[in-house]
Amino acid sequence: MTATVGTPLARLEGPAKVTGAARYAAEYPQDDVVHGWIVQSPVPRGRLNAVLADPTADAIAVLWHGNAPRLEPADDPELDVLQSDRISYRGQPVALVVAETLEAARRAAQVLQLDITAEEHDAVLRADHPGLYTPEQVNPAFPSETASGDVDAALAAAPVTVDVTYSTPALHNSPMEPHATIARWAGDDLTLYDSNQHPSGIAATVAGVFGLEPERVHVVTEHVGGGFGSKGSARPNAVLAAMAARVVGRPVKLVLPRQAMFSLVGYRTPTIQQIRLGADPDGTLTAIDHAAIGQSSRILEYAEQTAVVTRHMYAAPNRRTGHRLLRLDMPTPRWMRAPGEAPGMAAFECALDELAEKLGIDPIELRVRNEPAAEPEGGTPFTSRHYVECLRTGAERFGWAGRDPRPRQRREGDWWIGTGVAGAIYPTMAQPSTARVRAVGDDFEVAIGAADLGTGARTILTQIAADALGVPVDRVRVRIGDSTLPKASVAGGSSGSASWGWAVTGACRQLRETGGDEAVFDTTELIEKQETEGRHAFGAHFAEVRVDAVTGEVRVSRLFGMYAAGRILNPRTARSQFLGGMIMGMGMALHEEGVLDPAMGEWMNHDLAGYHIPAHADVESIDAAWLDERDDQLNPMGSKGIGEIGIVGSPAAIVNAVWHATGVRVRDLPVRLDKLLCAD
Amino acid sequence: MKTFEYRTATAASAVLAPDAAFLAGGTNLVDLMKLGVATPDVLVDVTKLPLDRITDLPDGGLRVGATVRNSDLAADPRIRERYPVLSQALLAGASGQLRNMATTGGNLLQRTRCTYFMDPSTPCNKRAPGSGCPARAGDHRNLAILGGSEACIATHPSDMAVALAALGAQVRVESATGERTIAVTELHRLPGDRPDLDTVLDHGEMITAVDLPALPFATRSAYRKARDRASYAFAVGSVAAALDVADGLVRDVRLAWGAVAPRPWRATTAERLLRGRPATHENFLAAADEELRAARPLRDNAYKTTLTRNLTAAVLTRLASAGEAR
Ligand SMILES: Cc1cc2nc3c(=O)[nH]c(=O)nc-3n(C[C@H](O)[C@H](O)[C@H](O)COP(=O)(O)OP(=O)(O)OC[C@H]3O[C@@H](n4cnc5c(N)ncnc54)[C@H](O)[C@@H]3O)c2cc1C
Ligand code: SF4
Repeated sequence: MTATVGTPLARLEGPAKVTGAARYAAEYPQDDVVHGWIVQSPVPRGRLNAVLADPTADAIAVLWHGNAPRLEPADDPELDVLQSDRISYRGQPVALVVAETLEAARRAAQVLQLDITAEEHDAVLRADHPGLYTPEQVNPAFPSETASGDVDAALAAAPVTVDVTYSTPALHNSPMEPHATIARWAGDDLTLYDSNQHPSGIAATVAGVFGLEPERVHVVTEHVGGGFGSKGSARPNAVLAAMAARVVGRPVKLVLPRQAMFSLVGYRTPTIQQIRLGADPDGTLTAIDHAAIGQSSRILEYAEQTAVVTRHMYAAPNRRTGHRLLRLDMPTPRWMRAPGEAPGMAAFECALDELAEKLGIDPIELRVRNEPAAEPEGGTPFTSRHYVECLRTGAERFGWAGRDPRPRQRREGDWWIGTGVAGAIYPTMAQPSTARVRAVGDDFEVAIGAADLGTGARTILTQIAADALGVPVDRVRVRIGDSTLPKASVAGGSSGSASWGWAVTGACRQLRETGGDEAVFDTTELIEKQETEGRHAFGAHFAEVRVDAVTGEVRVSRLFGMYAAGRILNPRTARSQFLGGMIMGMGMALHEEGVLDPAMGEWMNHDLAGYHIPAHADVESIDAAWLDERDDQLNPMGSKGIGEIGIVGSPAAIVNAVWHATGVRVRDLPVRLDKLLCAD
Repeated sequence: MKTFEYRTATAASAVLAPDAAFLAGGTNLVDLMKLGVATPDVLVDVTKLPLDRITDLPDGGLRVGATVRNSDLAADPRIRERYPVLSQALLAGASGQLRNMATTGGNLLQRTRCTYFMDPSTPCNKRAPGSGCPARAGDHRNLAILGGSEACIATHPSDMAVALAALGAQVRVESATGERTIAVTELHRLPGDRPDLDTVLDHGEMITAVDLPALPFATRSAYRKARDRASYAFAVGSVAAALDVADGLVRDVRLAWGAVAPRPWRATTAERLLRGRPATHENFLAAADEELRAARPLRDNAYKTTLTRNLTAAVLTRLASAGEAR
């Protein structure tokens, strides 16, 4: 049998998706279904005293804290929907309208009168805010601060230093398929057709809120149109749909409109990051200091791990990282593709470019010179680290050699042209999961409650199972996307393939060895024994940009990612993850920004006409390649996570290229034309 | 979404009920209805009327029917040859799908993309007269530097209209009370203290066509648009221009700007300054600067002044050199 892992098998559900046969959460036909519409708070802070429904609107039910069923308190207070009169951010659900049609529900919501006592609010993150504090830990459970050596003394003594502050705006994960739920009760049994990244997690959370045994909640998540972290845990739509279905005694469909995606499902916190570097003239770093500021809501502390990435990247004897947080009358930020790593590396890798400029050293050489032999903090050996090879091989393929280091030197017609580089890193993780395999005649059925966000997870698990069973892929059927299947971890942290693939491998091998009809494999013990430090995927991003001298418009002529990310299980789906991450990185560098109106406490450009992500025309030449790496210390497949690393460092490569093209350092992302425009 | 009745228009001269609105491609109106910004009780669909043709006028101009789709207009060989600026402007707008739906009349009458206007949970003098204009202190990066008022600084978002303004197009309208023709540059009102009134049209006046006058030198015309991504974004600045040069001198020029004002901004001051002058980059810049003396930028839109002058000089310089090369 030749192995199928490592071959570019096309997504198994591809034909169903492009023909429209694949069903997404809101597309399951239901008899007697009614529609819900969330009424969002029009003020950032205050109290809801009463609601007054318009009698001419055809609502079946209007739920608010005055009449909504009581829920059990959730771990995530965002799920305590309609339980209190307190309004903590603009856009928070304050009522839910149910009607026979979507249009009627929406209309009834629009004419619903809210009696609100508004209060003074505070919506702006700033570095001198008296409310800033150091959280105990940062997402998910890292220490907030680390330090070793004497950073201040080393900086004072360093012949060359950089002290710069970069800021990144609020970014919004707005997957193509919005959050959506159909809820249907049968007695005390609840079925949710729900778009999410973790069916069993959603089932457990929703069960808790309604005081049910977890088995009573059945979550169906066959296909998901993207999540980018925003669907990693239950969002208010799941609870509200279930609540409404219970009240009206009919199935309820609740789909978030695009506008609600900006406040209700999490977002990437804005950051303000001060980075201080000290170096010897030969480029050896003597001090690294990365201090990050982020925000969270009043109701939940989410402290993003923005500076944690700096703990793993470069050697330096004196080092410090820290986080401070500000609680504002704003929605709760949460995970968005590479939370922490993406904004942290955007700033850090730009600061390093500034250091290279000051030192007069090529930015690739500077990075190579500071390559650590083991984890820079703690000294754990790396299971594998081929960062330098990524930089070197990538430079060769990109054509870096002979680059004039001086900015603003190349001009073709109206265009200033420049190139830039930045490193990439993403932790390799695995989380406990269980898989089951059954022999069914000549075929095999593999079951695991995983979710395929469109990444190709289903396809890869089929390949992994086929190889472990020693059969061709067409004899394996993988069932995922259902909370009643063996428990799988969340599709997040680039850990899905490793976590689920491990469980699937275990179950298949066991079946083969025992020769029985069924095998179940739980990785919990194996994973709990594992070291967590020293495990990362690495990469290097290269960008060539051109900047219009007339308008300041930036175009990315070339974007290239070179990765060392373990064994690549399927080059086709892997490539799409790498490229997708890089394109999202382009968005972070050039386009994406939640435009805040402090007086409203709202991001005003809350739709996809106003919130720009790269369009097809923005993506010109883009490519990803990878080294032949296999890391058997990690998991049976030798793989690392690849879903997020593409957005780590790619923004910095582009921003550095913009500087090289124009001589302008833009330190507040995104790099829009007005920041580069100069009078002709 | 408010319940509405759907009807098809029978004639341009029919009476439009007070609570009714014309529907063309629906790409703007239907969005605003979903958002609760527009709440008509009746939609009168104009796309079944025989207004979907482009016909030659005796003077060498063209008459563009109100329901001609933006894609069809951009692709028409006569447009591409005689008025390339118009074709380019259309193709720089929206996306292929939207242009397939959008019509000439609807494009002209699309409403501002001011973020407050589109969000009924915020104040906005244009949507809710007297409620205030949060854009002045808030999100105004893409709002007006010219022609605004204390009450409103909305910009008109159309690309097509900027080309039409440069070409001196005439808008033909009809209603139960008769027909009239309005210069496209007079169609949109400056807000003053009545920002709720976008245009000079009376309720029930239907656009039936847009007339493009003969303008032989418009064969040398161009549209250039600056935006926040490579495609599918509204302009943050744009220039439509036609240039007639002879012996290095500007014989005639047409210049209009987009994304800077509540209407497509015909730069008449700059045009006047340029006629008879040498067609040089410096003169183009100076003329733009003169026109921009009226600009009243705010905190976040001052860049539009620089952008517009740069674009103006770049477009005219290119047209001038293309002209000399002939
Ligand atoms: C995401 C997005 C991006 C866009 N990007 C751009 C862009 O980059 N550049 C750009 O220029 N435009 C852009 N547009 C706007 C688009 O061009 C307009 O929505 C379109 O031109 C409107 O035409 P329509 O026929 O669909 O008008 P409708 O939506 O049907 O109508 C618009 C208005 O005109 C009125 N109306 C329509 N026809 C007549 C008539 N014959 N007589 C009187 N009144 C009439 C209607 O009552 C309504 O008030 C974009 C739109 C969207 C949604
Ligand atoms: S600029 Fe005009 S449209 Fe925008 S908020 Fe002010 S009044 Fe409303």
